[in-house]
Amino acid sequence: MILGELNQLRDREIQSRKKITLRCCMAAGCVSSNSKGVFEALQKAVAESGLGNEVEVRGVGCMRLCCEGPLVSVNQDGAEDSLHVRVTSENAASILAYLKGGKARTTRVDAGMPFFKKQMSIVLSNSGIIDPERIESYIAVGGYSALHEALHEMTPAEVVSMMVQSGLRGRGGAGFPTGLKWDTVAKSPGVAKYVICNADEGDPGAFMDRSVLESDPHRVLEGMSIAAYAVGASQGFIYVRAEYPLAIARLQQAIKQSKQFGLLGAGIFDSQFCFNIDIRIGAGAFVCGEETALMASVEGKRGTPRPRPPFPAESGLWGYPTLINNVETFANVAPICRHGAAWFASIGTARSKGTKVFALAGKIKNTGLIEVPMGTTLRTIVEDMGGGAPEGGRIKAVQTGGPSGGCIPVEHLDTPVDYDSLSQLGSIMGSGGMIVMDDGTSMVEIARYFMEFCMDESCGKCIPCRAGTVQMHRLLDRIARGQATAAHLARLEELCEMVKSTSLCGLGQTAPNPTLSTLRFFRGEYEALLQPEMPGNEECLAGVSGQVS
Amino acid sequence: MAAKTLTINGRQISAAEGSTVLKAAEEAGVEIPSLCHLDGVYDVGACRLCLVEVKGASRLLPACTTVISEGMEVQTGTERLIKYRRMTLELLFAERNHVCSVCVADGHCELQTLAYSLGMDHVRFDYLFPKWDVDNTHSLFGMDHNRCILCTRCVRVCWHIEGAGTKNVSGRGGQSKIITDLNAAWGKSDSCTSCGKCVQSCPTGALFYKGSTVGEMVRDRSKLEFIVNAREKKLWVYQD
Ligand SMILES: Cc1cc2nc3c(=O)[nH]c(=O)nc-3n(C[C@H](O)[C@H](O)[C@H](O)COP(=O)(O)O)c2cc1C
Ligand code: SF4
Ligand code: SF4
Ligand code: FES
Repeated sequence: MILGELNQLRDREIQSRKKITLRCCMAAGCVSSNSKGVFEALQKAVAESGLGNEVEVRGVGCMRLCCEGPLVSVNQDGAEDSLHVRVTSENAASILAYLKGGKARTTRVDAGMPFFKKQMSIVLSNSGIIDPERIESYIAVGGYSALHEALHEMTPAEVVSMMVQSGLRGRGGAGFPTGLKWDTVAKSPGVAKYVICNADEGDPGAFMDRSVLESDPHRVLEGMSIAAYAVGASQGFIYVRAEYPLAIARLQQAIKQSKQFGLLGAGIFDSQFCFNIDIRIGAGAFVCGEETALMASVEGKRGTPRPRPPFPAESGLWGYPTLINNVETFANVAPICRHGAAWFASIGTARSKGTKVFALAGKIKNTGLIEVPMGTTLRTIVEDMGGGAPEGGRIKAVQTGGPSGGCIPVEHLDTPVDYDSLSQLGSIMGSGGMIVMDDGTSMVEIARYFMEFCMDESCGKCIPCRAGTVQMHRLLDRIARGQATAAHLARLEELCEMVKSTSLCGLGQTAPNPTLSTLRFFRGEYEALLQPEMPGNEECLAGVSGQVS
Repeated sequence: MAAKTLTINGRQISAAEGSTVLKAAEEAGVEIPSLCHLDGVYDVGACRLCLVEVKGASRLLPACTTVISEGMEVQTGTERLIKYRRMTLELLFAERNHVCSVCVADGHCELQTLAYSLGMDHVRFDYLFPKWDVDNTHSLFGMDHNRCILCTRCVRVCWHIEGAGTKNVSGRGGQSKIITDLNAAWGKSDSCTSCGKCVQSCPTGALFYKGSTVGEMVRDRSKLEFIVNAREKKLWVYQD
């Protein structure tokens, strides 16, 4: 493929557009509430109404208001006309009647409501608009032009320097500067190099990466290709969890199409650059999202982390320099290439650039997927966009960062969402799970829940995490059941500190975070559950205690 | 080979480039507690007992996998480290059934020795009293999972010294278990060569020669050392 052909494809796709588009969400959330049936009903209705020349029914990716699915959006002459929610295969046809001037029997929501209006789309800019199953649909919105530009107008070093200047930080959780990571891999000597996309997304309640893969898979492939060119890799892997069958299917199809179009393989865009991508499917261990465990798993070994250094950038897959980034990180690459590093760096805060996608869930009116500029306050997200707590409830806290994160109490709702502000409050940005809790939620229960998750997901390699999470869980359980004294709480805190400082990988190092953060802001809830300490009863409450014989 | 200078507990020492902190400390006569480390097989940094403080590092570092560098300043026995090591041992004693008085390795156990030397005289966490089985199907050796600390020495020895690949880990977290082949009874294993290297490597009473009774399981590491030296240093003479 050469640029002329790419442009031709784009123009042909744009010309073939019809006056009216009915976009029907075909991402996993809506599919689970029968959007396939809605899609078929719409197609049938269009065929029967004889509007086939004017109306196109398009399966698209996530339209974000997942709690109200299946969603159908009507677009006339390129502008959004109306958004229909909870559409069924029975009332779908009435949308056609509405187009002819009649009345739709569907429920509609205001597409201008804050939930949508306060969003800013970079990563999700094609989500809900293009057909993720057709590469032409991606090309029509400028897809793969960034790759062409990188290959023909930039040296690998210039691409790396562009990423450094953009200020992009990794979206997989830790927020490591992406440009710096690319630079290290580019400079590490190696006869082979690899690029890995981490799509293991294991945090409970998180579905940002899944949505990106289901809604816009080519964006991730393009980002990976640009990265491979920048660091000098010729093989890529996408490690995606087996629980995401639709994402896997869309990725497989996207890779196949890219190969057919010469956008993956040898001599891409008539250059010297060769790159292939294979999919590796994870078998459902949370720890396999940790980079060194992930690479062991790709190599066919037991997925357990190993001490770093050496970091993957120096010695990764099979000992070769390896670049590993999260799905959302790669999804930001093509836009940065297209609009420039300065454009990206102008969005967000001083030390957190660009946007962040969150999976908004919990005790809140509007749940779903949101993308907001860094620095947006939690209050804007929770109250304006999320619509606040459902009737009768009061928001108590917001949890970010899943099992590695913390709970931010309602008093701190004016905190801007950026890496530094969240970590100052003892939480983390994390990968993008955001769970809103109301005053019916017990914070001790939350801590116990996340500790149970970490205990079940610990790989078992190192002692502090393997045995420590079990003991911390027992102590939390004892407190929650009202069978603990102040001594137990002190022991819990001591153990939290020890496990955090001594565990081998991020799982163990962050497992105490939900407990520590709820203790920081809601200590009273713990203390209210404690039993008075009586002389001599400490040992008895503690269970059996023994001596080394 | 070039040498590097570093300080351990304020004392200046030098060691060969590429050495680990553990090795450098040992050569200088500074003992750093360790459990998963075994001379001759690669390190995994799993037990976390050898953690040390290195000036300028944001985290504690395992001495067994950290390579020395020029001017490194290492502390091996701060109050904090000693506390963490005791807690690590407490967690191990609570995790499975380590009843020393009826164990084959009593008196010759690295776990027990460490507990004594680090002053871990009681356990403040709940004993879990799990019910693990004992595999007595092999004609020469036995495996008592109740005594296993999952250090994976036996696995590494089996794969990288003997090359049999019999021993492995199954499950995860507290349910992790050392298995033979694909979780077959040891006596039924097709790949086990009955070399006994795993038994020699085990720090506790988990792996033992059949017929040993309380306190009788004494290990002879010189055989492992001999093979490693033969391979790495081409020394083929067995020194008894
Ligand atoms: C226990 C654990 C689980 C993780 N899970 C994920 C995950 O599901 N997806 C992800 O992108 N990163 C995950 N990470 C972070 C990765 O190790 C790694 O830092 C990340 O993929 C780097 O990409 P980034 O720089 O683009 O963020 C996890 C880390 C830990 C410690
Ligand atoms: S911290 Fe937990 S998950 Fe990580 S290596 Fe240790 S046991 Fe495994
Ligand atoms: S059997 Fe012994 S050597 Fe093997 S993991 Fe258990 S304690 Fe370690
Ligand atoms: S000896 Fe270093 S971690 Fe076990």
